[in-house]
Amino acid sequence: MLSIKNIHASIEEKQILKGLNLDIKPGEVHAIMGPNGSGKSTLASVLAGREDYEVSEGSIDFLGKNMLELSPEERAKEGLFLAFQYPVEIPGVSTTNFIKAALNEKRKYHGLEPLDAVSFLKLLKEKASLVEIDKSLLSRSLNEGFSGGEKKRNEIFQMAVLEPRLAILDETDSGLDIDALRIVAKGVNQLRTPDRSIIVITHYQRLLNYLKPDFVHVLMNGKIVKSGGRELALELESKGYDFIKEELKETVIA
Amino acid sequence: MDIQTDFLKEQFNELQARQPASLLHSIRQQGFSEFTKLGLPTLRNEDWKYTGISSLFNRPYSLPDGLCEVDKSLIEKAAIKGMDKANQLVFINGRFNREASNIVSPEDELEVCSLEEASTGKYHNLVEEHFDKSSMFIKDGIHALNTSLMDGSVFIIVKKNADLKQPIYLNHIFNATENHLLASPRSLIIIEEGARVQIAESYFTEGAMDSFSNEVIELVAKENSYVEVYKIQNDGVNANHAGTTHIRQVGTCYVHSVVISMNGGMIRNNTDIIMETAANEAHMYGLYFLNGHTHVDNHTLVDNTKPNCFSNELYKGIIDDFATGVFSGKIYVRPDAQKINAYQSNKNILLSDGGTINTKPQLEIYADDVKCSHGCTVGRLDEEALYYLRARGIDKSLAQAMLLKAFAEEIVMQIKIEPLKDYVQQLIAKRLGIEE
Repeated sequence: MLSIKNIHASIEEKQILKGLNLDIKPGEVHAIMGPNGSGKSTLASVLAGREDYEVSEGSIDFLGKNMLELSPEERAKEGLFLAFQYPVEIPGVSTTNFIKAALNEKRKYHGLEPLDAVSFLKLLKEKASLVEIDKSLLSRSLNEGFSGGEKKRNEIFQMAVLEPRLAILDETDSGLDIDALRIVAKGVNQLRTPDRSIIVITHYQRLLNYLKPDFVHVLMNGKIVKSGGRELALELESKGYDFIKEELKETVIA
Repeated sequence: MDIQTDFLKEQFNELQARQPASLLHSIRQQGFSEFTKLGLPTLRNEDWKYTGISSLFNRPYSLPDGLCEVDKSLIEKAAIKGMDKANQLVFINGRFNREASNIVSPEDELEVCSLEEASTGKYHNLVEEHFDKSSMFIKDGIHALNTSLMDGSVFIIVKKNADLKQPIYLNHIFNATENHLLASPRSLIIIEEGARVQIAESYFTEGAMDSFSNEVIELVAKENSYVEVYKIQNDGVNANHAGTTHIRQVGTCYVHSVVISMNGGMIRNNTDIIMETAANEAHMYGLYFLNGHTHVDNHTLVDNTKPNCFSNELYKGIIDDFATGVFSGKIYVRPDAQKINAYQSNKNILLSDGGTINTKPQLEIYADDVKCSHGCTVGRLDEEALYYLRARGIDKSLAQAMLLKAFAEEIVMQIKIEPLKDYVQQLIAKRLGIEE
């Protein structure tokens, strides 16, 4: 599904990712954890194709395509979805019109006709109930005046409509209270399929309690320094990142 | 560049000879002496700093003479679709044409006649009291030129407590098929106590020669009246325009003004609101969405002379290619005008390196208990928003179009006449290359 090899990336000449490797197979859920400034959000941006980031070395293969050659919109249409850490407010563009444009662009790309109005509304209704999003929000300007929880639910709602092959949740849990977290996690869990993979970027393990990742990776200083199963997240929660730093030192000495 | 004005004097003399010893004769005379004194404004004139209007006089113009030919199909072509039920006032080459016009509201609600007729008949006193008061505020040669050359002007009165079911629609048609045309439309509109009315204007030039419409509307809104004024500009690039909409709130009333400029040559719009009594309210909106070499200059004035007035102003611009947008917003708060709330905002998006935006707020406040704010922005499209849309699979060009449409929509939704709104939305969609 996704194969990241030796990625080096920088923004404004500041090197953030320094040789990152990651392989993700269909249906897997990978959690990426790490302290502030370790490069978690940079990884999300590089995958989504944000143009401020420059990739100087390495390769990313996504479903057999060289991802680095694709524009952000092409990546999305190929099946990538980034749930934003800070969803942007766009006055004057309603969520409904926005999601309709996105869905139809994707359908066009795959040689499908645009969805007719009736089927589209049916789809919206079905997916809205999945994340318990109030339908009145959908006719309002995108994210404008939405609460933090509503914005994050709106991201998962969009994911549900667009049905990506690979979803990246960039700190989707930040700013959520426990109820909102449960709703978001429930929505994501319902979107798990054998051919859909998910990358969960998070500081905390509380979201992972609900999502139950197959793998947990620790990102530090632009590299994945430790990988393990779900128990690694629990260990990080209790010990902090320092124990990994200690481990790394020992490895160097040994 | 040779500026030619001799023909203006000839035309003025001819008009004066045709209408001797009348109220309009003497007002025209005053106008011409002002014009002679002031001359055409140049870039050295602060109010015309960014708009070189005198350059439009480097060519000879023909002036409307006698009765202008009216072609019915042309009137239909010029009219905005869906406005056929309105009280349509047709102006040919700046002159009100009664035969081609269609007044649908009953006479006890709306009366329309030539200004000449009004000034010599039962409305003589109203004309005398209210006509040409704008010249006290606007001291420039262009305004004085309109007064000098006014001919075929119209008088409109909306009667006390009338609630007009249909808007008043001024359909301006200019015939520039053979010669460059200078037209001077002039209107006096009286909105009596408690009346409610929507007024709209559009402009259409036929032919490939240049047209220059130099227009003045004076509108007097009395106690408890409600007035919406719309100016829609989507004429050819050979169509130049200088227009003043001078609104006096002589009683406590409500004014809502929207100016939309989509296409044209060199355009100057003055929208002036004079709040002559306390507790007046005015909302002013503008959108200029320009490409090519179109130049649009919006000058607004809110003059608070009495206490407790409220005004809110929002003008937005999108500038592409080599187009120019100018915004100058004046707010006066006179010494007596305490407890004023006056807000002003001008937001611009510059899409090209060749485009120009000049924006200048001017607040002059002589009272101490007021709330005034102003702000202006000039920027590119919001990169964060663009990225967000693209990250959902929306192509960059469509994403840009969606954001620009949303930007413009804030103004468009202030148009409360459905066919006008539809028309403007279609123009915008077409400009952006998106389906409606």
